[in-house]
Amino acid sequence: MDFGDEGGRDAMRSSIAVCFAGSGGAGAITAGSTFLQSAARAGYYGLMTKLSGAQVRGGEAAALVEIGVEPLDAQPDRFDVLIALDWDNVGKFAPELPMDSASIVLADPAAGKPAETIVATGARLVDFPLAKLASDVKGRGNMVALGAAAALAGIDSAALEQSIRDLIGAKGEATIAASLAAVAAGADAARQIESDIKLQPGHPGRRWFGSGNEAIGLGALRGGVRFVAAYPITPATEITEWLAPRMGAVGGRAMLAEDEIAAINMAVGASFGGVPSLTVTSGPGLSLKVETIGLAISAEIPLVIVDVMRVGPSTGIPTKSDQGDLDLALYGTHGDAPRIVLAPMSIADCALTTERAVHLAESLQTPVFVLSDQSLGQTQTIIDEPTRRAEPMTRAMESDKSGADFRRYQPTADNVSPMPAPGVEGRQWVAEGLSHDEFGHPSNAARFHVAGLNKRRDKLENHDYGDIWGEATGEGETVIIAFGSSVGPVKEAARRLREQGVAIKVVGLRLIAPIPKEQIAEAIKGARRVIVVEQNHTGQLYRHLLGAKALPAEAESLARPGPAPFRPGEIAAHIA
Amino acid sequence: MELHLHEEAACHRADLTLKDFKSGVEPIWCPGCGDFGVLQALQRALAANGRPPHEVALVSGIGCSSRLPAYTSAYGFHGVHGRALPVATGLKLARPELEVVVVGGDGDGYSIGGNHFMHACRRNVNLTYIVMDNRVYGMTKGQPSPTTEADWDSDIAPGGVGVSPFSPVAIALAAGANFVARGFALDVKPLADILVAAMKHPGFSFVEVLSPCITFRPEEMDWKKAIKRNAIETTSDRKAAMAAVMGADELMSGIIFEGDRPAYGQTLAAPEGLAAIEGEFIVDPAA
Repeated sequence: MDFGDEGGRDAMRSSIAVCFAGSGGAGAITAGSTFLQSAARAGYYGLMTKLSGAQVRGGEAAALVEIGVEPLDAQPDRFDVLIALDWDNVGKFAPELPMDSASIVLADPAAGKPAETIVATGARLVDFPLAKLASDVKGRGNMVALGAAAALAGIDSAALEQSIRDLIGAKGEATIAASLAAVAAGADAARQIESDIKLQPGHPGRRWFGSGNEAIGLGALRGGVRFVAAYPITPATEITEWLAPRMGAVGGRAMLAEDEIAAINMAVGASFGGVPSLTVTSGPGLSLKVETIGLAISAEIPLVIVDVMRVGPSTGIPTKSDQGDLDLALYGTHGDAPRIVLAPMSIADCALTTERAVHLAESLQTPVFVLSDQSLGQTQTIIDEPTRRAEPMTRAMESDKSGADFRRYQPTADNVSPMPAPGVEGRQWVAEGLSHDEFGHPSNAARFHVAGLNKRRDKLENHDYGDIWGEATGEGETVIIAFGSSVGPVKEAARRLREQGVAIKVVGLRLIAPIPKEQIAEAIKGARRVIVVEQNHTGQLYRHLLGAKALPAEAESLARPGPAPFRPGEIAAHIA
Repeated sequence: MELHLHEEAACHRADLTLKDFKSGVEPIWCPGCGDFGVLQALQRALAANGRPPHEVALVSGIGCSSRLPAYTSAYGFHGVHGRALPVATGLKLARPELEVVVVGGDGDGYSIGGNHFMHACRRNVNLTYIVMDNRVYGMTKGQPSPTTEADWDSDIAPGGVGVSPFSPVAIALAAGANFVARGFALDVKPLADILVAAMKHPGFSFVEVLSPCITFRPEEMDWKKAIKRNAIETTSDRKAAMAAVMGADELMSGIIFEGDRPAYGQTLAAPEGLAAIEGEFIVDPAA
């Protein structure tokens, strides 16, 4: 990316950012998806986020697409092109659509006056007769817009055509022909526009096209999950929807539960049956699940819980991203209940982190959280194929003891005891939420209770998590620590600061609990300044690390809540 | 370990007795509690059902009666309050070849777990659900439950809660349960027969068991005399069953309804590899 100068007026750009916007049904999202996919075919990387009004149908919608010759870590600081399919409420998107005098707005004069909030950005307004161009070829305005954007970016028309065939091929040749004609009309018209935003040529090759929510589903399947139960909740539902047909194909099962509590209990039941299991939710749903998380911790039942975070508390802003559920994931449920909390650092990392979460849940017999968020979950991306895989780790199910000698919670060196599944003769046991002895029998005795607490703490604390803890990149006396979707914009901010001569190290934490204290200590050794960056209001990661003395007392916090996405420029400005 | 046995391969053993389903754990129940009768009837029924203890899983929530799984030799799951049915649903769907029986009380199943009760009936997974209904919260020492009479006096609701009880069997019928029966805890043999029929019947089988609480509802011991045995005519007509139970005497025991809805999710698809799924993500201009 190259937005460091005034609007990036290089002859050939390394990336461009385009927004398609219009009323619901105008096809802005389809235009954006097709643009992104054609960019993948033409050899670019990219990402696309969707904005929508509160209405389920008929509200305004926008597709924010950035494409470039290098992989993209963060949303752009500014947009080069806005194509307005109409002006119905599109002005409402202005705060999320930073533009300047180097930006171009293509709008149909027939669609009325441009929104004042958009005019106020100073962007150059270009009359672009979308409706007429479309009707002349009996096509749709959004396809004209697609053609225009592709022409401005310089995307190869063959890549564009193939993507159209991929995405709308099922609608028949007549629709395809109309779309291609509209695309050509838009491209021809856009070539008349004076513009300097042409992209450097792409490097066509094999790319991976998907969202964080899909990558989490893939990671779960890779890890061996064969049962998922969930209740619909934005922005997590797409994971379950993605898994539902595919779970059947791998011999597993997806269940739509009657509520959030049922969902986690179904997953716990399936896991008790010996099948790696998953439940998927967002903040309000996680609030409902916490009692059962305590049960799974106490009875030592493997379970993966994915939380695609959104703005809270309460219903909050369901469609916008935030990292405010960390406290709940770390501490939610009564009693002393240690658990593993992981957070993917990018969309690609959603697959690896979730796969590893399954392994850890299974091998350590514990609930493991995967803290994603709306930004990772619902952003579609073009990246290199996420081929990094975790070494499989599985559940210990075989016990050499049976009958009266079999103790479900028998002490072992690693504090993990064999967990036979129902069906195995002579090893019957009862999963128990009451404090229990080594057999699993309920007991009020202090010695059994404390032994259980120690066992469950030590199995997590003493495990060697290896390189899953996170990653440190760069060198410098300023160290930024971040997790989840904040890592991307932090990395981009650091890259820009390095170009200005500021030495910066970025520590992305994938393992948030137990805290990888040694690795953090090593990463911040010699640092003059340590800043914890996160997208929430109260500095939840900062407090978590500081409370455990994993950070020096003088460490700083940059905590800023959603719904506005972190932009690299904002982070760079704070640090500089 | 091979987890997925097949339904038809599940063994049936004729040599099992009640003793095979006893554990060494001593019940915490008060002497004279109706739940002892239910435990004994269930152990008899499990023996008659012919599945050995390791192929049986008993799932429960919280409350006096939910302690039951530990008192048998089967696999068990004693979970959180009110959530036994979802746990059992997940277990049965993940492991269709297991015999899964859910046990609990009226507070656990009808109040905090009421939503799951309704949806378990509707979903019709092949489970057997036994509710030991003593019309009181016993473990918390005597509060009215959804089946307690409106005028029953208690510390928490002096003079009575003032709300009419509901009919669990009517709700089960309305929500779609495939087998509905009512038994009496102290009629051990007839209750065992009902439980065997419930386990054998496909889909969701619901057995409401009147189980007296000797401590907080000692008057329920009079049920011994009041119960009307064999007063129910079993039907496979849901409307007729509904008409028979609506407003009828709640102290009649027997099998009320045997339906023919197909059970949910009896089989799992044969697994395929992940390669095709991985391929869905790939955009390759060369391909």
